[in-house]
Amino acid sequence: MRMREFAVTVLALVALGSVTDARAQSPYGIGRTATAAEIAGWNIDIGRNGENLPPGSGSVSHGREVFDQQCAACHGAKGEGGVGDRLVGGQGTIATAKPVKTVGSYWPYAPTLFDYIRRAMPQNAPQSLGNDDVYAVSAYILSLNGLLAADATLDAGTLSAIKMPNRGMFVGDPRPDVRNPACESGC
Amino acid sequence: MAESTDLDDDPAVTSRRRFLREGGALMGGVVLANGLVGEALAATPDAGNAPPNIPEWMKTPGDPMGSQPYGTPSPFEKGVVKNISKKLPQYLSASGRTPLQDLDGIITPNGLFYERHHGGVPTIDPDQHRLMLHGLVDRPLIFTMDDIRRFPSESRIHFLECSGNPVYTKPYGKTASDLVGLLSCAEWTGVSLKLVLQEAGLRPEAKWLVAEGADAAALTRSIPIEKCLDDAMLAYSQNGERLRPQQGYPLRLLLPGFEGNMNVKWLRRLKAVAEPAYSREETSKYTDLMPDGTAREFTFYMEAKSIITRPSGGQKLGAPGFHEITGVAWSGHGKIKRVDVSVDGGKNWQMAHLQEPVLTRALTRFRLPWHWDGQPAVIQSRAIDETDYVQPTFSELLAVRGENSFYHNNAIQPWRIDAQGQVTNANA
Repeated sequence: MRMREFAVTVLALVALGSVTDARAQSPYGIGRTATAAEIAGWNIDIGRNGENLPPGSGSVSHGREVFDQQCAACHGAKGEGGVGDRLVGGQGTIATAKPVKTVGSYWPYAPTLFDYIRRAMPQNAPQSLGNDDVYAVSAYILSLNGLLAADATLDAGTLSAIKMPNRGMFVGDPRPDVRNPACESGC
Repeated sequence: MAESTDLDDDPAVTSRRRFLREGGALMGGVVLANGLVGEALAATPDAGNAPPNIPEWMKTPGDPMGSQPYGTPSPFEKGVVKNISKKLPQYLSASGRTPLQDLDGIITPNGLFYERHHGGVPTIDPDQHRLMLHGLVDRPLIFTMDDIRRFPSESRIHFLECSGNPVYTKPYGKTASDLVGLLSCAEWTGVSLKLVLQEAGLRPEAKWLVAEGADAAALTRSIPIEKCLDDAMLAYSQNGERLRPQQGYPLRLLLPGFEGNMNVKWLRRLKAVAEPAYSREETSKYTDLMPDGTAREFTFYMEAKSIITRPSGGQKLGAPGFHEITGVAWSGHGKIKRVDVSVDGGKNWQMAHLQEPVLTRALTRFRLPWHWDGQPAVIQSRAIDETDYVQPTFSELLAVRGENSFYHNNAIQPWRIDAQGQVTNANA
């Protein structure tokens, strides 16, 4: 009798397992499935080639208005820097003794600008700008750096197509690159 | 380098802190240099608590139980606080240093653990916090904090160090904290990231994990999958208690031996992907610029390093005679194998004693007994890790990387001791 009860229990567990097939592959069965809508709401990453850029667009001229209101207080009226990073200029300085790292001189990928502004700027109210405003202010910053015409409008396609000047200058990690011979006496 | 106002390193020290330290050292110097200790003490009002008198704190009951529901240090230790510059351009994206020269052992107290955040410190209700795991997984999942704590747990001791600790340019810092204070070590408790990834069914084409914080910077870094499946941890406790808000409460990523910025705090999202995100924090920041204009990206490991914390800059040796030299050593590549100390400006080196336990990717305390003869001296330490990598001198480092590399300065730090016993940065 006890053997029969055991067999029934095992059968029941197997049947249960087949019902909850997906969860059966999870070793601990902890957590719940994330829905597509939940993922879409949180997945704000933009790839370096523009993957996941949203619909919308913004002009350089509108970007100047947004920049004046939202950005200039920290980054300067022309992106020359202040409490916040300098955003403009510096091209040609990166290999010198006084490198000036800005969006125009150092950043390797233009879509990263959209990603970063949308997720983190303005510092006092991140994720408050609409996509059109993010496109616009990205356009203005790129324009100040000579990477976009003053009458241009930016969208997913045009932003992804911009080739940043410093793009080819990034290399892998060669460390350990510095050798100390570890002299012990009479050094 | 006026590259950024968003610096990891600012050599300025608060003037109040320096005043307290130097004032204290001066008083100690008077007493010790006098040599007539009894007379000196008798001249001060506090001497009434020294032998043969009965100390006043023995003549009346102390504070009752419950006067401090959460204990704080003695009021006499109020000067031991985080080293936070008063000259920062702003304090939302900023850093504060551990006072290394005031601490013993290898564990950093939670209240003195270094801080670096990029959009302030969020106040997160753990009941409302969620971790989303999605991308190249069979089952995208959402976890509550209760879920995370249901997984099998583990505790390990590891250091964390900011990669800009310190930068290569002048002005150089004065104290051990100014120079290397973006370094701390704790016992972390959490769940192995590998277990959580297995729960979602990681797909073979997933080569990176993009981690995102729930702070106002939504800080994002890409982690190679090998690290995620090795010793990476989702940590919810630090030194036995829940993480402090400054350390990512209620959940942070812990990547032992990797630069601090990658150990994403307030962790809300992990996305399995085929290639890195190339986020702002791993392109425009946290890339190491070389003199030829190339920049190294994805420079994860913190190489072997050490620093003498006593005697160190800002301190003063009271008198010639016995002085223990002590400090900490660490390596992102594993265990510390040996620490050498020189007391003659780098001409001769001797092996320091390593305090057990010597742990992987943790601070290791070293000590060397020393008799100071009262003559000027330059003392320094050099760490060697289990890969036989040797901590370089500052000049060796500069010769390869130049002054504008900003990150991953792991140079030997020499301290100069003058004939009065005053200790200063020998590089300055």
